[in-house]
Amino acid sequence: MTTERDYDVVIIGSGAGGGTVAQALGSLARAGKRVLVLEQGARLRDDEFDGTELGMAGSLYENAGGFLTADGTMTLAFGRAYGGSTLVYTGTSLVVPERVIRDWNVPGLSHADVAARSERYKSENGVHLLPPEEINENNALFKTGCERAGFHAEQFPINVRGCLGSSLCNLGCPNAAKQGTNRVQLPNAERDGVEVVTRATALRLDERAVRVRVAEKLPVEKGVPSEWAPGDYLVRAKLVIVAGGSVGSSALLLRSGFGARLPALGHGFTCHPAHILVGEHDRPITNDVGHPKSFYLDRAEQEGFVLETCMYFPFITAKNLTGFGEPHARLMRAFPRLQMILVLACDYATPENRITVDRAGTPVVHYTFTPRVIESLARATRTSARIFFAAGALRVHAPSAVPPLIERDQAAHIDQLVRTEHFMPGKISVSAAHLMGGCGMGRDAAGSVTDAWGQVHGIPWLRVADSSLFPNSLEINPYLTIMALADRVADGVLRDAGALLSTEMRPPVSESVL
Amino acid sequence: MSTLAPVRAHFRAIAATIVADAAALDAAGWRDVEAIIDEALEARPAAVRRQLRAFIRALAILPVLRYGRTFASLDPARRARVLGAVESAPALLLRRGFWGLRTLVYMGYYARPAGAAAIGYRASLRGWHDRRSAP
Repeated sequence: MTTERDYDVVIIGSGAGGGTVAQALGSLARAGKRVLVLEQGARLRDDEFDGTELGMAGSLYENAGGFLTADGTMTLAFGRAYGGSTLVYTGTSLVVPERVIRDWNVPGLSHADVAARSERYKSENGVHLLPPEEINENNALFKTGCERAGFHAEQFPINVRGCLGSSLCNLGCPNAAKQGTNRVQLPNAERDGVEVVTRATALRLDERAVRVRVAEKLPVEKGVPSEWAPGDYLVRAKLVIVAGGSVGSSALLLRSGFGARLPALGHGFTCHPAHILVGEHDRPITNDVGHPKSFYLDRAEQEGFVLETCMYFPFITAKNLTGFGEPHARLMRAFPRLQMILVLACDYATPENRITVDRAGTPVVHYTFTPRVIESLARATRTSARIFFAAGALRVHAPSAVPPLIERDQAAHIDQLVRTEHFMPGKISVSAAHLMGGCGMGRDAAGSVTDAWGQVHGIPWLRVADSSLFPNSLEINPYLTIMALADRVADGVLRDAGALLSTEMRPPVSESVL
Repeated sequence: MSTLAPVRAHFRAIAATIVADAAALDAAGWRDVEAIIDEALEARPAAVRRQLRAFIRALAILPVLRYGRTFASLDPARRARVLGAVESAPALLLRRGFWGLRTLVYMGYYARPAGAAAIGYRASLRGWHDRRSAP
């Protein structure tokens, strides 16, 4: 049996995009309009953030963080819970560089507008620089290494209030310090009267309607039960805003049949493919305490990569080190002496890298590492190795070196040891958490999916408000730009609300209209 | 039903080669490792579980071609050579299969509280407060 419900606005997704739109449309809810947020994941209680690696990954990430690309050579990490990926990021808050917006070349989208909106959310989310006494040695050594190697590391502004330095950001902050949409925008929206329904999967879109399945909470699962009874729903809405992330939004529109009229749908996928590199020191350092991500080295414009400090958990670390056996185990036993760097390649949209759906409507992400990306990862690895050694490391684990361990007395030969031909997909672990594109903004339906305000070309009742809007790589950590664009989308909705929300609610017409 | 149970002996021989320290696990330790992996696999399609068992069986008999012995009866150096060849095999399918298997083994071994503690991982919910008050 399908239960039918009527709303004025339905927002699909509650992360940086959906949460931002929900808060920004709070004025509509206050004015008596019915605004609903559908979130596929669960709403966790504060005491359920226990920092356990598998328990939290299973509760907060799609496929427990193990979503693989179609050929199985890269792991994609994205959140699925009340707050979306803002639960599992580190809160690094950077404003997009001017050149990126210029290169996107989206008519009507200016850097000044995105930057101004980004600044507003930085303020709302309490973004600031951590004081030196709260920065651990894993981070401080990166800064020292950069200085000695001739680079300038910059400090990440982060959005925390009352951070205790658990180092567990990527497993959901256990101290409610990180100011994700689960802490700021969604509670504000709910106070304004916006409804949030969790464990609610948007199966497909019809004309001004969403077909939804609400899942039952299983006894072994974290989180509270859904706000709605388990079952199938048909939710009619005068306006639908899709904010399920790059993969989720693209897949929803594709399985709803929009691909035929929007040939660019699913295309333009980029993700900043990343390696985790490790340097071993001769003494224990503080690494698994303190905020994990304090500094970065931005070489995007010059060399196509960004280096960031990072600290991961035992399983994720083991998975990302190349190899096995005693050399691998020896490095794992050195965990208290490990310094870590995350290297991210700036990848750019190609025709091959795209999102599709299979017969069941499940998303499939096709990704091929281009020679440019492989070269960027190799350059980033060489630079990281120099930074590790400059910081005093005894040896460096570099995935694309053969063998992967580089000893200090080999430091002069880094260029020879780290080579692109050693990059072997399927052998080396590559992961990505900055998933972008699929519903890119642009001029028209021939080459893009939405306009500069997130309106799907030719469909006034359908908007997109998440990282899928990015027409190409962002080259920085994306959440603040997602919020800025979602804020624009909400402005567009408020601008059009008079016309859109005054229309009569009509019974849905399915495939025939698509 | 356990995915690993039908191939347990083969799995343990391979796992102890992937994680050298796993050779020291007692029966309870192995049960913990395998329970974590089995639980993770429960959420995956049945076809994935079948493929994993087939891959483990293939690894178990693969050395017969070269050494005339199964994987479990090889010495540690030869075991490592076999897995190294699969890890770097020209065929992506083989590399992917090994990468997936090693990922599961690392999950089972290092995601255990005992596995994390053994390598000195000490992250705690109250971070600096706990670390500065630790003895």
